[in-house]
Amino acid sequence: MNWIKDLIPNIKRNFSQTLGDKDSKVPEGLWRSCDRCGSILYIPELKKSSYVCSKCSHHFKINVEQRIEVTFDKDSYVDLNQHEEFKDLLDFKDTKRYKDRFSEAKKKTSSDEAISIGHGKIKGKHVVSAIFEFDFLGGSMGGVVGKRFAQAIDYAVENKLPLICFSTSGGARMQESMISLFQMGKTAAAVKKLKKSKLPFISVLVDPCYGGVTASLAMLGDLIIAEPKARIGFSGKRVIQDTVKEELPKDFQTAEKQLEMGFVDKIVDRKDIRKFFEKMLIILE
Amino acid sequence: MMDQHLDFEQPIYTCLEKIEELKKAVPAPENLSGQLNQLQIEAEKETAKIYKNLSPWQKVLVARHPNRPHTIDYINNVFDGFEELHGDRLGDDDKAIVGGMAFLDEYPVVVIGHEKGRETEERVARNFGMPHPSGFRKANRLMELAEKFSLPLITLIDTPGAYPGVKAEHSGQHEAIAKSLEVMSDLRTPIVNLVIGEGGSGGGFGIGLADTVAMLEYSIYSVASPEACASILWRTTENAEQAAEALKLDASNLIKLEVIDKVVNEPVGGAHRNHQETYQIVKDFFLNELLALSKISLDDLTAKRYEKFMKIGS
Repeated sequence: MNWIKDLIPNIKRNFSQTLGDKDSKVPEGLWRSCDRCGSILYIPELKKSSYVCSKCSHHFKINVEQRIEVTFDKDSYVDLNQHEEFKDLLDFKDTKRYKDRFSEAKKKTSSDEAISIGHGKIKGKHVVSAIFEFDFLGGSMGGVVGKRFAQAIDYAVENKLPLICFSTSGGARMQESMISLFQMGKTAAAVKKLKKSKLPFISVLVDPCYGGVTASLAMLGDLIIAEPKARIGFSGKRVIQDTVKEELPKDFQTAEKQLEMGFVDKIVDRKDIRKFFEKMLIILE
Repeated sequence: MMDQHLDFEQPIYTCLEKIEELKKAVPAPENLSGQLNQLQIEAEKETAKIYKNLSPWQKVLVARHPNRPHTIDYINNVFDGFEELHGDRLGDDDKAIVGGMAFLDEYPVVVIGHEKGRETEERVARNFGMPHPSGFRKANRLMELAEKFSLPLITLIDTPGAYPGVKAEHSGQHEAIAKSLEVMSDLRTPIVNLVIGEGGSGGGFGIGLADTVAMLEYSIYSVASPEACASILWRTTENAEQAAEALKLDASNLIKLEVIDKVVNEPVGGAHRNHQETYQIVKDFFLNELLALSKISLDDLTAKRYEKFMKIGS
């Protein structure tokens, strides 16, 4: 039965990768504990509930693949990503080289960049999607991320389709400095193009969502939706704390606070989002 | 104005001190004027030499030099008859961004820029040039006026960044910057942008999406200030100098990377050394740019602006 022993660590590793598991105290294999309430959850059930804890409604962090799985009709999704050569125009090096950080991110995530674009169906309705991968360099936006987002919009305009973007990002990518800063302009200009074509853009803010991504494409949706308890803001909490030197309110930069202040239209549970999209797409078509 | 010199400028000041000493010397040395001339030439040579070889970090220090002209200085010396217009029409007037209408020679324009303030009290009132959302919203309102009345738009960037505070977050710093970029991306009037000092992050670029994106020779522009970048990537602000190198934040690097369109040369030794000459250079630059842009139809102008930003980083 040696093959089982060999397999178990693999299965465990696979689940840890997909669900961002920390060393859980849960029996190996098909179970994992909720990061928030600690409940032991059966993974096939967790998948069925869109990676939302059945006990406390905690929305697990999910990768692009899982986002596709919980959002689109089965087998309807087609990848629109074009292959991009890695470019390090600044020859950037901090404590590590950018190219090394980049290859590590590729290995860690099985994504080739911090965003993936595609075309699929939600309850039979065709949509174009852009999905950020937070584990890829913090979901940061560099040249390729901006380019892909703009390509998703071009595709949407050409095919007269709505766009849905799931944003989770630390902001602009430091290692591409001004090139990344100007992606804010690129994505904002692209959104404007989509709006002029009168095609709907639904922006979904996923934990965490900050900086140059909120301050461009993510806050420009016709509808701006947030997942419950997602952290959403412009400046990072630590920077603000260092500046104002006082305790920050408990609900500071939460989806719920954003709703209260009028910056998101609605907080939608991940389990209900397909139904929400369906309804809105009928109305906005 | 107080003469504040930077460490690396010491050789220049050594020459200037010698000049002062010579002038005061009793009895006056023989051939005083010849010697003074010689020292003056030496000082100029030193200045040119030092400023030709500034490191990125030294450029950061020049960009933040206390005697460097600010937005209000350009407004008062490059333009005529500036009329400041206040408020975002939503309940606030952010003093970190000033804007209004003015004449550039005989041409009416809308001009908007970050203002850091000079004396302590003013600097506090202007929040050191770090805008709240209301600053971007005021700017947007003025941009839309520019479009409506066919006035070219000139924006000046000089900010460490958008203000990271509780009120700023609660009133939507993210939304305000995003909206500003969206508005500028399709504004149907020529836009010329000049970074005059510090171009810090989204707070800077928030008014910078333009047909001509230019930087003064010794200004800086980056995704985060070198201190913030160092604190994120090195976990300490002590590496700010290295971060400044890595970020390629100076005009000469950014033009090579084709991120900006133009570099506007400063007088020898930097804008802080010769304000009047700087104003003249900047005025000529704006006039030339507006003349060139005014020849392009509005459809072509916005299409070109769109294409330009699509090209960056692809």
